[in-house]
Amino acid sequence: METKHILMILGVIILIIIPLLIYAGKGEEEGYFGGADGEAEEAIIEMNPNYEPWFSPVWEPPSGEIESFLFALQAAIGAIIIGYFIGYNKARIELKSQS
Amino acid sequence: MHIMEGYLPPMWCAIWYILSGIVVGYGIIKINKLLKEMPEVKPLLAVAGAYMFVLSSLKLPSVTGSCSHPCGNGLSAVLFGVAITAVLATIVLLFQALLLAHGGLTTLGANIFSMGVMGPLAGVIVWKLLRGKVSSTIAVMLAAIASDWMTYVTTAIQLTLAFPGDDPVKTLITFLSIFAVTQIPLAIAEGLLTAIIWDKIKELRPDLLLKLGVIDESEVPHYTQVMETGGAE
Repeated sequence: METKHILMILGVIILIIIPLLIYAGKGEEEGYFGGADGEAEEAIIEMNPNYEPWFSPVWEPPSGEIESFLFALQAAIGAIIIGYFIGYNKARIELKSQS
Repeated sequence: MHIMEGYLPPMWCAIWYILSGIVVGYGIIKINKLLKEMPEVKPLLAVAGAYMFVLSSLKLPSVTGSCSHPCGNGLSAVLFGVAITAVLATIVLLFQALLLAHGGLTTLGANIFSMGVMGPLAGVIVWKLLRGKVSSTIAVMLAAIASDWMTYVTTAIQLTLAFPGDDPVKTLITFLSIFAVTQIPLAIAEGLLTAIIWDKIKELRPDLLLKLGVIDESEVPHYTQVMETGGAE
């Protein structure tokens, strides 16, 4: 981890914090921090009031809790693979250099 | 960038399915060929897919006050090209369509086309244009920004094509303001994250990047040292 990388991570954190500060105190009820996908859906309905979605999801997470569980699972699956790759290769280089 | 289930007329579902299907089919052939010729890149392919898994699960707030997620498709585009990225995007999008009701089966073709085809294509173009002119880290960062952003621009265009309304230009602006503007800071965040993981891969497995032909020896002066310590088996 070089200084460059720490600055990059700080950059990511700042980019995420700025909107939270700009709209601090506002929530979903006032129309903030909703998903862009949902906004597009609303725009379609607004412009095409007669459009009927002709197919509905085969399965939907029954609650927000289940949804957040599945999102966390998705992130965890990805993170464990990346972590394994980095750890494995780092240890391999270190072990080789010791022997 | 997920177009919701049922929110594309059947004709457009079919068109995007056909276009994406061709690319995904070609991608599967390419993956088989790649793994036969260089089985040692398999872990890197897994990392590229895993990176898309992580990034597309993170719904981040943006300065427009709404939330959206990065795609992670730029890394895979630079490493493996558009077709293979389309296959990886299909896996991610299927997971989200079946388990999270994000996107859908009818709109899967359209969503693969934005996240797996047009986004990565923009990333590859930026990468090719910058190769040799700037360091690979910067090139990857900008390719990832382009890839992420183009994914959302494509979604806006797809929705405009399906729902042009009375004034298609105005409709396009509406959808672009929802997707493309929200995505600007998130695309930059994705660029930064992609640059970090790229540097890690370059540090740990330069042999794989050389083998894939994405970088040349001048990028990794410490490579001989890595070879001595066994990084290049």
